[in-house]
Amino acid sequence: MQLVLEKRAERSNTIALVSPLIAIGLTIVTMTILFAILGKNPLLALHAYFVAPLTDSYSLQEIAVKATPLVMIAIGLSLCYLANAWNIGAEGQFLIGAVAGSWIAVKTQGTDAGAWVLPAMLVLAAAAGALYALIPAICKVKFGASEILTSLMLVYVADLFLDYLVRGPWRDPHGFNFPTTAEFDPVATVPLLIEGGRLHLGSIIALLVVAAAAILLGRTIKGFEIRVVGAAPRAARFGGFNANQLIILTFAVSGALAGLAGIIEVAGPVGHLQPGISPGYGFTAIIVAFLGRLNPLGILIAGLFLALTFIGGEQAQIAMKIPLDVTKVFQGILLFYVLACDSLILYRFKLVFPNRQVARGTG
Amino acid sequence: MQAHQRMLDPTPNGLHSGESPLLQTLGLTKRYGDFLANDSIDIDIWPKEIHALLGENGAGKSTLVKAIYGLIQPSAGEIRWQGARIVLSGPSEARSRGIGMVFQHFSLFDNLTVAENVALGLDGRESFKDMSARLEQVSKTYGLPLDPKREVWQLSVGERQRIEIVRALMQDPKFLILDEPTAVLTPQEADQLFIVLERLKAEGRAILYISHKLEEVKRLCDTATILRGGKKVETCNPRLETAASLARMMVGGEIKEVKAPAGRQTTVPRLVVNDLSLAPSEAHGVRLEHISFELKGGEILGIAGVAGNGQDELFAALSGERLSRDPGTVVIEGIAAGHLSITQRRKLGAAFVPEERLGHGTAPRMRLSENALLTGHAASGMVRRGFIDTAATLKTVDRATETFDVRKAKRDPEAASLSGGNLQKFIVGREILRNPAVLVVSQPTWGVDAGAAAVIRQALLDLATAGAAVLVTSQDLDELAEIADRIAVMFHGRLSAPLATSEATREKLGLLMGGSSLEPKEAAHAVGA
Repeated sequence: MQLVLEKRAERSNTIALVSPLIAIGLTIVTMTILFAILGKNPLLALHAYFVAPLTDSYSLQEIAVKATPLVMIAIGLSLCYLANAWNIGAEGQFLIGAVAGSWIAVKTQGTDAGAWVLPAMLVLAAAAGALYALIPAICKVKFGASEILTSLMLVYVADLFLDYLVRGPWRDPHGFNFPTTAEFDPVATVPLLIEGGRLHLGSIIALLVVAAAAILLGRTIKGFEIRVVGAAPRAARFGGFNANQLIILTFAVSGALAGLAGIIEVAGPVGHLQPGISPGYGFTAIIVAFLGRLNPLGILIAGLFLALTFIGGEQAQIAMKIPLDVTKVFQGILLFYVLACDSLILYRFKLVFPNRQVARGTG
Repeated sequence: MQAHQRMLDPTPNGLHSGESPLLQTLGLTKRYGDFLANDSIDIDIWPKEIHALLGENGAGKSTLVKAIYGLIQPSAGEIRWQGARIVLSGPSEARSRGIGMVFQHFSLFDNLTVAENVALGLDGRESFKDMSARLEQVSKTYGLPLDPKREVWQLSVGERQRIEIVRALMQDPKFLILDEPTAVLTPQEADQLFIVLERLKAEGRAILYISHKLEEVKRLCDTATILRGGKKVETCNPRLETAASLARMMVGGEIKEVKAPAGRQTTVPRLVVNDLSLAPSEAHGVRLEHISFELKGGEILGIAGVAGNGQDELFAALSGERLSRDPGTVVIEGIAAGHLSITQRRKLGAAFVPEERLGHGTAPRMRLSENALLTGHAASGMVRRGFIDTAATLKTVDRATETFDVRKAKRDPEAASLSGGNLQKFIVGREILRNPAVLVVSQPTWGVDAGAAAVIRQALLDLATAGAAVLVTSQDLDELAEIADRIAVMFHGRLSAPLATSEATREKLGLLMGGSSLEPKEAAHAVGA
């Protein structure tokens, strides 16, 4: 008996919807085994990860807060990936956006600057993120440099730049030498949606971004251009679409969204600029983009799910002393299964028996 | 049935009686999912026989020879070699038993020499020097001249095929499979190949000859097995059949004849190319040199030539996939367009159909409506203020389906799910429905079933009758003779002066395809007249 992968005549839409669920299922099975090996009760651990965060309002709000940057970044990344442009450096664009936006906040600190401060911070952060993303995009188009490597390396540049600023010129003089800026003024802070809660305006912006991306990809010629350049480059050129222009455009858009997410995180939940403002949002968003099938609605759901793993990971650490790094292991395994299950969209499993009877498996 | 076949068997019965065939398949079946590529095929191949394997694209010819050559395992049935059942683990086992194959698409390394390429395909027990000597000797014996020290990229397609044939012959095969060997040859080169094949036959070898050129098969082959839809239809003596009767067996019915509509008039020049030269965009590409022609409305100009002589480069230059520095080199509807993008050229009224259906003419994994948008977005009212009018794209699909008889499982399937013929009808239909002033088509019926080919050729004739200028590049001389008014030949990036189709004999075209010039002869004619 032999198991073979067989090409489907047409891509299976059912599997396209079901494959992320299969991937999640396989990940949970793997995690169960992992918890057992760690000597923890798997059922309690899974409960802490996936059920407990859903049971109180604080955690629910916190999920939305964590999902906000993930979704915004992943939407931008999905545009890149659909167009066959591999932006791996969203983390760096996120940090540069945070730095650029914070510059206005730091410079207007303690002055009586008006309501223009926050909008200006958002615009500057998006512009900075876009410009930062254009570095690998232009290197790719002009010199053929791999955008995967250059965008990834620029993450560390951004990280160290932020580190330098908060330890040097921008350090809060009254901050007991901690590497952080002073708390931002109220005009430089993203407003909360519920008084005394955690949910902020950024979540609404993320929803608007999802809607805009859905319209762009589903209804406009630009969205079609993005999809066809990625799916069939030669046909796209025949259609009159310029792949290089699109690399520039999608990198700029995804950089802008990552930068925007960065400043919203700093001017929102964090309230000041400091190292470690991101628990790896830019990288986790890659998983969100693929788990969401590079589809805006899918990304919204996937973003909420991965935010749940962040919150669940914290709860599991508190309740069961499971290391926080297990969350990253979880996310890595999930990406692995998502990519593996994707092959079922174009292929199906078939059992081949040597006695010439053919049975077809489901899949 | 058995008696019937034996009766038709052209080789004298006495020779075969008591012997077993060299190679035999019994009930050979290959299944891909639900699809039966080969359905219980029996075929007998005897020594000293040139056996044709005939069938349309998708009839199962390639699958059958791949099974015989050990590239794929049959799902059921068996292969017998000299009377004994064999199971081939792979091509190297097939070769060691004496089965050789020359593929349609060559597997040669451009940057290596002839001898190095041959060495890579052999088992390598002899020294490189001995091997080179043997290579020269084999190539001399069979009249297949080759210089072992030349690098492959410098060679013509015909010479590259010689490498493949010599490589196969160096293993001294008892049975040689040739997959469409004349598809890439000029008529004269094909004649030389036939001499080699006759000689191999006289030496007692068997040849399985895959083709869909019926005249060739009638001339060369002793036996023909015809496949249709994965099944064997008939084994017969092709010399006792007519080309029409063979075609009927291949197609399973009559083929509609293409008719040139009456009242075709040539009008103003709609596509003019002036001294177009273009450096190749990639290593070993072809440089276009001083190409000029003028194409009027109502006219079909055919471009013949062996593949790889600059046809792809010319298509890219005409379509605007590659731009020319000088705008005046390509003039569409009186407007200099050499510097314009493909979208701008479409807006001037030009339409293009490339050779590759999947991946170039269409995005394979996108729906037909999206593929209608691919070339229609610029000038067909499918896009308003950046938003796609889905109803308009679907309407194009429906109109193409209706007008050109595109058969598909549902209203708007993915391009890749259509058969080659139906997808080509859709692509040609998509362009013709835009009422182009100029249509540039590359290999319009390549790998397309006979029925679809007739529909497409008729559509091109009708379009010209309606006043459009049509440029058809094709390797199929019969196709050009059927639809073109004039035929020019591409060789090494140059285009010959067009000949009127009535004067373009196979011999003349063959000479031009091989790089010879007709001028001295024509000058002689002129003097004589």
